[in-house]
Amino acid sequence: MCVPANIPFFNYNWKKEVWNLFFVFGIFLGGIIAATLLANPEPVAVHPELAKELATYGITNYDSLIPTQIMNWGQLFTLKGFLLIVVGGFMVGFGTRYAGGCTSGHAIMGISNLQLPSLIATICFMLGGFVMSNWLLPIILSL
Amino acid sequence: MNTNFTTTPEQDVRAMDAICVNQSEKTHPLYYNLKYMAVGLIFGIIFVKSEVISWFRIQEMFHLQSFHMYGIIGSAIAVGMISIFLIKKLNIKTIYGEKISIADKKFNKGQIYGGLIFGLGWGVTGACPGPLFAQIGIGATVIGVTLLSAIAGTWVYGRFRDRLPH
Repeated sequence: MCVPANIPFFNYNWKKEVWNLFFVFGIFLGGIIAATLLANPEPVAVHPELAKELATYGITNYDSLIPTQIMNWGQLFTLKGFLLIVVGGFMVGFGTRYAGGCTSGHAIMGISNLQLPSLIATICFMLGGFVMSNWLLPIILSL
Repeated sequence: MNTNFTTTPEQDVRAMDAICVNQSEKTHPLYYNLKYMAVGLIFGIIFVKSEVISWFRIQEMFHLQSFHMYGIIGSAIAVGMISIFLIKKLNIKTIYGEKISIADKKFNKGQIYGGLIFGLGWGVTGACPGPLFAQIGIGATVIGVTLLSAIAGTWVYGRFRDRLPH
């Protein structure tokens, strides 16, 4: 892995960490198997209230676990799609690294191990999620 | 390449980010990593079948409309607690016979600022880092852009971490 700058944060023995690339590649393969060999023909389960709210933003397709009407290659080049796909992804990566862990590292493993910093991080994850989902996302979806 | 540990000792940086400070001391051929791929594969299938990677389930969670995600995260924490208890109690070793030690996490403000930023991203993409790979696997190829953007986010953090409050 070549990173384009000599930054201390990236100076680690990447060969020792290569297992996690195998792991995430496995997750990708698992996704393929689940969607083909183990596919669920039923529409995605959604609470009726949520479906009603999403319909007001034109989200009516429940064939996929992600809302393909707002997350697709065509939408990528609109402001809405850019915020959902690119800015959202950036916040996930940046925030996870800044917080020193994600839902697995902090919420599940950290709390399992009774780590107070992990509980604080998890509360912040949830807080950010509630703010986005209830107040900011409706604005983005209205764009 | 990248052997300049003089400015920031590797261990300190890693401890702060809780990344593999207690990794295996042994060196193995590359194909030994295939077992992690097998675990990832099972994990990926469960991600999809349990609908953890569903954008709609994440929105339900933040709208308090469904117990689904709370049940999954809650039971994962319960399993984690039991596992850690048994590992410590029975002094269970890794498959290579090494002692399992789990480093304590140190508080820093990053857990608040970073946590809030991650939460905002979670609420909009409907995915945390792991599920992104499964979402691509189920055929949502545009999520590959989300993944690249997330990787860019980790790079930007690494680039500017000295200037961020911790």
